[in-house]
Amino acid sequence: MQMPAQTQPAAAAKPNKVAAWRDPDAVPYVRIDGVTKRFGDFVAVDSVSLNIYRGELFALLGGSGSGKTTLLRMLAGFEQPSEGRIYIDGVDMSGVPPYDRPVNMMFQSYALFPHMTVEQNIAFGLKQDRVPKGEIATRVEEALALVQLRPFAKRKPHQLSGGQRQRVALARSLVKRPKLLLLDEPLGALDKKLREETQFELVNIQEKVGITFVMVTHDQEEAMTMASRIAVMNHGRIAQLGTPSEIYEFPNSRFSAEFIGSVNLFAGRLAVDEPDHCVIASEEAGCDIHIEHGVTGTVGQPLWVALRPEKMVLSKRRPDAARNLTRGRVVEIGYLGSLSIYHVVLDGSGKRIRITMPNISRHPDEDITWEDEVWVTWEAGNAVVLNQ
Amino acid sequence: MTATRDLGEPAVEAEKNRAGPFAPPPRRPWRFAAGAGRRVVVGVPYLWLLAFFLLPFLIVLKISFAEMAVAQPPFTPLVEWAEDSLNISLRWSNYQYLFSDALYVTAYGKSLWVAAVSTFFCLLIGYPMAYAIARADKAKRAPLLMLIILPFWTSFLIRVYAWIGILKDEGLLNQFLGLFGLGPLQIMNTDTAVYIGIVYSYLPFMILPLYATLEKMDLTLLEAAADLGSRPFKSFLQITLPLSLPGIIAGSMLVFIPVVGEFVIPDLLGGPDTLMIGRVLWSEFFSNRDWPVASAVAVALLLVLVIPIMIFQYYQGKQQEREGRV
Repeated sequence: MQMPAQTQPAAAAKPNKVAAWRDPDAVPYVRIDGVTKRFGDFVAVDSVSLNIYRGELFALLGGSGSGKTTLLRMLAGFEQPSEGRIYIDGVDMSGVPPYDRPVNMMFQSYALFPHMTVEQNIAFGLKQDRVPKGEIATRVEEALALVQLRPFAKRKPHQLSGGQRQRVALARSLVKRPKLLLLDEPLGALDKKLREETQFELVNIQEKVGITFVMVTHDQEEAMTMASRIAVMNHGRIAQLGTPSEIYEFPNSRFSAEFIGSVNLFAGRLAVDEPDHCVIASEEAGCDIHIEHGVTGTVGQPLWVALRPEKMVLSKRRPDAARNLTRGRVVEIGYLGSLSIYHVVLDGSGKRIRITMPNISRHPDEDITWEDEVWVTWEAGNAVVLNQ
Repeated sequence: MTATRDLGEPAVEAEKNRAGPFAPPPRRPWRFAAGAGRRVVVGVPYLWLLAFFLLPFLIVLKISFAEMAVAQPPFTPLVEWAEDSLNISLRWSNYQYLFSDALYVTAYGKSLWVAAVSTFFCLLIGYPMAYAIARADKAKRAPLLMLIILPFWTSFLIRVYAWIGILKDEGLLNQFLGLFGLGPLQIMNTDTAVYIGIVYSYLPFMILPLYATLEKMDLTLLEAAADLGSRPFKSFLQITLPLSLPGIIAGSMLVFIPVVGEFVIPDLLGGPDTLMIGRVLWSEFFSNRDWPVASAVAVALLLVLVIPIMIFQYYQGKQQEREGRV
């Protein structure tokens, strides 16, 4: 997982016009309004409000126990909210059972019916709605073509590979043309290589069918690659909501900074606070950190500064920069081909930080190696100040 | 946190390559010893089957080809040495006799019918019970199963005798009905009493395999069905029922097969017209002392039961082969 935003081409659905979530007049397609879910004393989802717009590929991202799956199951109707309401296309879903909702779900385990063929699995949903036989046949055929499984129509699930099963599950949930497709860890059961290929395939299919997708994942790379927007969830609440690049570049808390990608966090205190810049004194960083904007805070207040590993520069010679400059010793190097990861222990504080540098030339003149004393510097604009 | 793992990955890859195509195959000295041990382990059940199933069956088969005689044992020997010649006499007459007397055909028919009806009722009562136990809270399942198995702690015979006490004309049931001015019902010594006794006695054999298949069913399948628009009852018919078919078949066989040959229950609870093959067998053996005909009845019963099962299993095996499940 190396900095997805940088090393992976973004496959996320590209909004052609102004993104719906930036348009104040846009009507949300799915409205989650103050939803809380309690299981006994445990609060799984804690007053979450969220708007999702038509055509989005929305990701709920979080660790286990963050409430993301519970929220998804409430959208599907398997759980009823303890408080709050969910509207889909303007219709209040309170008390509507799963079989009456215009929503389909792709299960993490796929939940394919083992006693039915691929064809019968896909046709199942249409049969429940008493769609005429001829139409079922053509729509199943279309769905099979969409996921490229035509030759496997007569097989049973146990005769398919993991990737094929995943595609059957997708076809089965798409064939009813739901208003909303829910995906529970859609790629969780696939191996790494297949997962990467399938990410793009899923996004392409989503663009082709134009159905709104909401997916749950614990894999930040998956969310970054695929989603138009991400809600980072923690302890049943939304920690941050935004596009992948917003969350990556402007995390609003230590939690989302650390959850998405990797980050170096420096604890410090506000030393100077001017309207156009501020300085944070950080013993951990071993220098004063200059930031290019003011913060609303009081001098002396504890703050954190987040710096992404790829936004810092290492050199053996002292760079010209006068600010945001500190020294350390290289203790670990990970060579990843396109880039290298350096672990540097800072002089003074002993804080271990990570820096990634692209391997631009094949024979660098200034080859940094283990135990080298190095300078670490960064542009003032690349640091993010966090107060929680 | 993530990079430490990335740092580790190339090393793992290198390790794999090193162990790659040129690595010597792992030696397993225990393999040779395992061959002999395996034969012993597999051999024990074969010996058991040979000693307690095949041998007795062959003896019964042999007797079925003999003729009744006033002797000890009461049948003619199959192989006889007489006047310088070895006579092997296989008589089909016992089997022909089974078809000549309508009694036997009727008894076989009646037994199959009683077994079929009993199996049906066991399924009808057992399925909801197995379903309820399988869907109960995890903590409640063990005690509920215990209740199903509990009757086995009392002798089967005693439990059937207990039913006499309940069903007889002045028994518990009729006393109870009498409180409301109803009855008395004549149940004892009728087919109804036999059905009650059989369904009661064999119900656990239906419930246990049904429970086993229902319990291991993946419940997300029902969620998936609901998600695709299927109402709970339709989901039961379309998902749960077909997936529990192996349990239904196993339970039905466990009930049907022993009930066909059942002797104790029809003898104790049934009337004179409850003519099941087990009773016929008993009276041939003990009342008429006609061991050869009794043996022929037993062999024919075995064929009646085994042949359909073998055909069934042959086709099931073929189907599984076709589905690549074996």
